[in-house]
Order: sequence, then C-alpha cells, then structure tokens
Amino acid sequence: MANPIITLEHVTRTFRVKRETIKAVDDVSLDIHEGEIVCLVGESGCGKTTTGKMLAGVLPISAGKILYRGKDIARLSGRDHKQFRLGVQMIHQDPYASLNPAHTIAAIIAAPLQHHGLTRGEAQTQARVRELLALVDLTPPDDFLEKFPHQLSGGQRQRVSIARALTVNPSFIVADEAVSMVDVSIRISLLNTLTKLKTAMGLGVLFITHDLALAKYFAWEGRVGVMYLGRLVELAPARQLVEQPQHPYTQVLLSAIPEADPEITRHKRRIELRSMDVPSLLRLPTGCAFHPRCPQFLGATCERDVPELLAAHGARVACHLVSRQ
Amino acid sequence: MQPTLSVQNLSIEYQARRGRVQAIRNVSFEVHRGEALALIGESGSGKTTLGLGIVQLLPSTAKITQGKALYRRDTLTLDALTLQGKALREFRWKECAMVFQSALNALNPVLRIADQFGDTAKAHGYLQGRALQERAEQLLRMVRLDPERVWKSFPHELSGGMRQRVLIALGLLLEPQLLILDEPTTALDILTQRNIMDVLKELRAKLDFALIFISHDLSLAAELADRVATVYAGKIVEIADVATTFQDPHHPYTIGLINAVPTLRGAKEDLTSIPGSPPDLIELPPGCKFHPRCPLADYRCREQEPELEPIKPGHAVACWQWRSARAAMEKFRS
Amino acid sequence: MNALLETGARTWRETRKTFKILSRNKMGLLGFIGVIVIVFLSFGGPFIWPPETSANIADINQGISDRHWLGTDFQGQDNLRKVINGGKDIVTIAFLTGIIATLIAVTVGSFSAFIGGRVDSVLMELVNIWLTIPKFPLLAVLATVLKLNDIVTLSILIAMLDWPGLSRQVRSQVLSLKRRDYIEAATMLDLGAPHIVFREILPNMMSFIAISMIFTMTHAIYQQTGLVFLGIVPYSSANWGVMISAAERRAVLYNPQATWSILAPMGAIVLFQLALVSFARSLDEVFNPRLRTSV
Repeated sequence: MANPIITLEHVTRTFRVKRETIKAVDDVSLDIHEGEIVCLVGESGCGKTTTGKMLAGVLPISAGKILYRGKDIARLSGRDHKQFRLGVQMIHQDPYASLNPAHTIAAIIAAPLQHHGLTRGEAQTQARVRELLALVDLTPPDDFLEKFPHQLSGGQRQRVSIARALTVNPSFIVADEAVSMVDVSIRISLLNTLTKLKTAMGLGVLFITHDLALAKYFAWEGRVGVMYLGRLVELAPARQLVEQPQHPYTQVLLSAIPEADPEITRHKRRIELRSMDVPSLLRLPTGCAFHPRCPQFLGATCERDVPELLAAHGARVACHLVSRQ
Repeated sequence: MQPTLSVQNLSIEYQARRGRVQAIRNVSFEVHRGEALALIGESGSGKTTLGLGIVQLLPSTAKITQGKALYRRDTLTLDALTLQGKALREFRWKECAMVFQSALNALNPVLRIADQFGDTAKAHGYLQGRALQERAEQLLRMVRLDPERVWKSFPHELSGGMRQRVLIALGLLLEPQLLILDEPTTALDILTQRNIMDVLKELRAKLDFALIFISHDLSLAAELADRVATVYAGKIVEIADVATTFQDPHHPYTIGLINAVPTLRGAKEDLTSIPGSPPDLIELPPGCKFHPRCPLADYRCREQEPELEPIKPGHAVACWQWRSARAAMEKFRS
Repeated sequence: MNALLETGARTWRETRKTFKILSRNKMGLLGFIGVIVIVFLSFGGPFIWPPETSANIADINQGISDRHWLGTDFQGQDNLRKVINGGKDIVTIAFLTGIIATLIAVTVGSFSAFIGGRVDSVLMELVNIWLTIPKFPLLAVLATVLKLNDIVTLSILIAMLDWPGLSRQVRSQVLSLKRRDYIEAATMLDLGAPHIVFREILPNMMSFIAISMIFTMTHAIYQQTGLVFLGIVPYSSANWGVMISAAERRAVLYNPQATWSILAPMGAIVLFQLALVSFARSLDEVFNPRLRTSV
C-alpha cells in the first residue's frame, strides 16, 4: 500500500485542570491512507475529538509525533507547512456555530479562494463557488449564494461547511460528529455526499462519532477504532468490528446499543458491566483503564499492566485476555 | 378500560415575530394504564410542545387554541388543560410527572438529593421523615442508584445519567399514574442510555403507570414502546403498535425514517435519506404537509390534507396513498 | 462604471433595509429621530436664531409665555434660543469622545484578547489599575492643569479616562467569539490574522461596538457639563453646562421664578441622553443578520 497521509505515533495529550494533569489522549498510534475512511468511536471524554483536533493541527500534542505525508507536522515550515495546513481540513459538529452568521454563503466560500489566489478575478471565483456548491449537492447553487447561514437548515449548513473545506483542495478531512446535530431523516444523504467526494477526490477521512451503527455504515470499507478513556482499545475493519468484536469494551458497547427494530433489540444478548461508574480522567484506574468495569476481568494482570494495542485476528486489540489467546 | 390520558383535538400555536407558529395541529391520542407510547419525530415537529402542553408548561407566547386532555384515575376525570393554581400543581406531581430534556439542570444545585425529595413531599403534604426516606430509598434502588451514596449528595456530585435517574425517581415519588419523558436518553453516553432504558423497563413492570416518551431516536422507541406515534409538522401522521410501526409502516414518512437509520446487524444496508427538510411551521405547505418531500405525492396530496384514519384495528394513518405506500416506497428506493 | 452602479444600488438597498428595521422598533425610531433633530438644531439652529448679543432688562427671569417658550434668564435672554445655541459643543464633544474612546477600547481590547498570554495579563492588569482611579476628580484636576480651551483636547481627555472599562468588555467579547468554530475553520483555512479580526470577528461585534460608543457618549455629556458646571473648564462659549452653572449662581438661588433657566438646559441634556439610549436599543436589531434578511 502507498504511504499513509497521516501517521500518529504514540500521540499523547495532557491538560492541566486545577493543578492536576489529565491525559485526554494517551499513546495513540494510527495510520490513515489516501482515500481511506477511519471512524473513531467512543463515549464522551474518551479523547476522540481531542485526537481529531491534534490531527487537524489546531491543538498541539504533548508527546509523540504526527506525520503528514511522512513529515513531522511540528517541524514543518514554509511551503511544507502551508501544504499541511491546507491539506487537512475539519468539519465541525455544530452547524449553527461553524459558519459566520454575518456573511452570505457566497462570501464564506469565496474568502479562501480569494485569499490563496486559487481563482483569478471575480467571475472565476463566482464560478468556482457555484461549482463547489453543486459538488456538495446544494442545487441549484444560485438559490444559496446570497443566503445567510441562519436561512439554511442544519444539513444544508453542514454541506456549506464541506464546500468551504473543499475550497483549498484538501487531501484529508476530519469530520467531528459532523451529522449528530442534523435531522435523522437527512443524515444518510450527508454521509453519502461525503462518501462520493471521498471517492471522487481520493480524500482520506477521519470520522468521529459516538454512534457505532453510523460508523459501521460510513466506514463499511474502512476501519473503525474504539477509544476508551484516552486510549485506542480496538482497531478493526468496520465489518469485523461489529461482527466479531474482540475487546470486552467493544462487546459491551455493541450489546448495549438499541436497534431500530423491536424484534432484534428486545432479544439482543446483553453483557452486564461489573460497575456502572465511569472513572474520572483525574483518577484513572491502574493497568487497563477498563478493568474495574470489565466483565472478563482477569485479576492482577489487568490491574497492573497497561495492555498494548497488538495485532490479533486481522485487527488490533489492547486487552490482556486477547493477547493471551 | 378507560384510557389514563386521552388527548382530543389539541392545537397549540406560538406567536413569533414572523407570524403564527402552528406547533400542534388537531392532535388526538390515548394512553392506557401500563402502556408506553412513543412520540417520534424530528426536531421542530412539535413533539416537545405536545408534552409541555399537557402539563401546561408552555412558554407565555404559546396558546392552546383548542382541545382537551382528559385524565382519568379511578373515578376521577379532569381536563388537564383547564386546571389552574393548586389543582394544577397537584396534577403535575400526584397525577402526572414529567422529566424534560433540559432536566439535567432541573435539580436545585444547592440542595442535597435528600432535601429535593423532602421539599417535594412537603409541598404536597406527602410522607415525612423516616417514612419518606424509606419510600425514596426504595425508589432510588428501583432506578438502580445506591441510596447510601446518593441521598446526601449534591447534584453536581452525580453524573448526568445519575441525575436523570434521580429525576425519574423524584417524579415517581407521589405515585403518579402518568409519566412524560422528553428525550430521556439524549446527550447521555451509550452505556448510560442502556442503563436508563433498563431502569424504565423495570419501573414499568413494577409500577404499572402510563408512559409517554418523546424522542427523535427510533431505536429507543423500538426498545421501550408498546405503541408508536409518528409526528410530522405538528400532527400525528401514523400511530400503531411497535411491531407494526417497524415491520409494516404505511405512511411514507415513517417508512422514510426507518429507511434512513442504520442498524448494527447485518451487512451495510441500502439507506436513503428523505429529501428536503422539515417544513417551516409558520408557512406550512398546503395539502399534506409531507408532500414536498414525498416521492408519492400527487395532485390530491398537494391540495387536501389527509386526516388520521384507522386502516386496521390499532393502526391509523394520515395519507392518501397508504394502500400503495409500502410497495411504492420500496420501488422508489431501488 | 457598472461596478460603481452596483455598489450604489447595494448601498441604497442596505440603507432602506436599515430604515425598515429601525421603523419597526418605535422607541428606537423615536430615539433616532431625536438624535437627528438635536444634532440638526445644534448645528443649523444658530444660523436661523443667532445668539442675542445684549441683555433685556425688562424681561429678566420670566416664566414661560407665548413670546418665550422656555422663559428667560438673568439677562432677559430667551432660554430656548440659548439652548439651541448651546448644543454644538456638547454634541461635538459627545461624538468625538465616543469615537476616540471606542477606537482605543476596541484596539486594546481585541489586541489583548487576540494575543493572549502574558501580553493579555499585563494589559488587563494596567486596565484594572486604571479603573480603580476615581475618574471625575482626576478629570477635574487635569482640566485645571491643562488649561482646556478647545473641544478636541477636552474630548481626548475624557476619552482617555473612559476607554478602559469598555476595553475589558471588548476583550471578553473577542475571547468568546475567538472560540467559535468558524474561527477555528478560518485558522485551518490559513486565512491569516487580519482576515480573522476584520472579517470574522468584527462584523459580529458591530452592534456591541455601536451601542458601547453611544453609552460612552452619554458619559461624555455628563462629564463635560459637570466640568463646565464646576467652572473648571472656562466659559468660553455658551453651552448647556454654562447655562446651568450661570442659572444656579445668578438666579435660581435668589429667584424661584428663574427655575426655567435651569430646567431648559437640563431638559435638553436629558432629551439628548434619552434619544441616544433609545436609539442604542434598536441598534442590536439593525446589525442582526437574521432580522436584516427578514425585511
């Protein structure tokens, strides 16, 4: 396979909270290739958004390395830096906060085109704006040019955000819960637009979500990573992850999620946790952070050693139980 | 058996700067004792207004323009929409409890959980002291909380899911016959959501109240509801038992919603979004409010609004095309 | 040529929109008209009703009448005519102070918020110290030392004392806007600091800035009339402060009939303030894109 666009090497991010240090992201390593979709799933506070922001270069990392096309993004300068800065774009979660309310859609999309001299002259800019709007399925584009963000629905705003990100011809997109605030009935079409663009432009996508069913749908040909309290606990091809989850946490998650089908959801086998208490990031459990809740807790090993993310049956899993087998 | 709550021809409007918002239009439904009814719909469908209307907690710009909400318990019958003052306060706790979406902040931050229970009991002349604590502890255990830990805590010492459960327990303190939950699991983590769902199931089995819950999450309805009402543009467009709703829906909107939600089971499904977006409740389209987004719409749909009509016992649909909707939508997808 | 026409048409459309929005808020419209009338009377009025040059012994300290709508003062001169002639300095100083103080506050406040870190801490500490100084006594002392004879110097002086409070508010506004997702998006698109400040942040602060400027103006009016009243700023011209001061010293204390001489300038000040404040109320709507598109 070709070289990855993005490489995370033992990336860690700590925050200072009231004189205490918390590890929001701990030792995460991951490769993402051109045209590949990787989903990061996990519950709130698991570090998935922090990971996305570091990868997008808007949040500095505390330890480790992030490589963009093989080069450390912390040491980039001049043209390389610009290439990275424009090469990785992000779609935010909240469509109501991600567009400036003071500008029209045309102005929002034209700004990066003009600033970077990607188009020459007003006519060319306007043409490109229309082209981008059509690309994200906002058609006919003329209906949207003079509108302000508040005149659009959540789904339409997200499309504008995507069009804005595409102005600078990125090669990688971080989508942070990009559809969670959009109406249920139109989520899929937004994802389908993203998939279409991915295929057409060879974009790499990191899709961050708390919804495993959505991750499965979107990353069907890609991979899904599950995070728990700052660590990547399982990384597997989407299909394998939902059908043969290996990490006990992934198994618990899958068994807990209700399904939109009464037959299935009411007869699903539930896995009970040992404890419902979510540990605070300030006082993380020793060893495997999941051990106090883990239904397959092994004892001393889990309490003492942090499990490494190791290859297992075509996936990578961080669990003592799996590595023993 | 008489229904615990029967809402009849309810309409609610808001006055906004741009004009009249027709949030709820001529809605009727019933819930019986021991039954769980899910109101599902997208944001802006009016489903929350419906919940707020029943307990008269609408903002001052809203007005109930018509309708009744008849509540029955034993020999008592009253119209919840006409209650005022003390009678209304009593209805809100003793007959009908509600836990709303924003409720995660609904607990008074300076009072311990014990005092929150104490105040509520006192305000309604309910049990006091030892007896109250025993009843509260019983309820807290029912919502899977450890009374020892929770009783003396302040709200900020509890997690979101724990607060949600405290609120449910508090709502049940005065033994109401009707519980209304607005988006009970939204904004909670997967495992916490699961916990709340399990708690609600257990409570229903033990306490036998009528439950109305409002959600945009189809899977929650699939998990918890006995009957499901689909709300679109301020109106119930389909109502049926849960199995029928998911296996044999007849309204194109219900069908569309189900086709738009991915599941975990099986291979990647062929999903399709519903085109367009929900209508502006100020300038509603003529005819069926769903027609601009409906692939099956014809001239009649554009001109006349269909009313909710029974098509089978327990299954009612508001659609001119209901007979052919399922087959036609299937064809339309492929 | 075409572009020019287009810009013209656009400006015309926007102006009409602004008036439409203004006209929807009755208080705001009234305030706006009030401000226009007062400014017009203060600058145009003296040409139509020039100040009286001599005293009228026969008409000293009269109450209101058909001939003197607001009575006469201790020199027998018409109070209304004096009010019209005494507004120019007040209005000029109010506007000048408002503009200067707001400019400084916006520059310092947004710079501080934008740079952040140590620069921010130091600047805000200085502002805090500045804020603890009692302003009016300091102004009084400075005014005597500096020999204030022209309105520009006086405006600058009042502005220097007025900007710190506002700059703190600007800073917190910028800090909150800076965290918005669309700013992060602009950063990722590498649009540069000038674009972020002038195109992303400032347009969202316009109503706040305009409203703050108006409130600074109301401050400036009190401070300058106060200074004139205390006699610290020389009586170089007839203005409302001078009128109040003269009326108080020369007439009202001895002659209750002269009350109108003090009420007239006070009324003018109150009206001007009221007009400014009600106008400010409606500005929020004028700058709100949501409302702009709905007219």
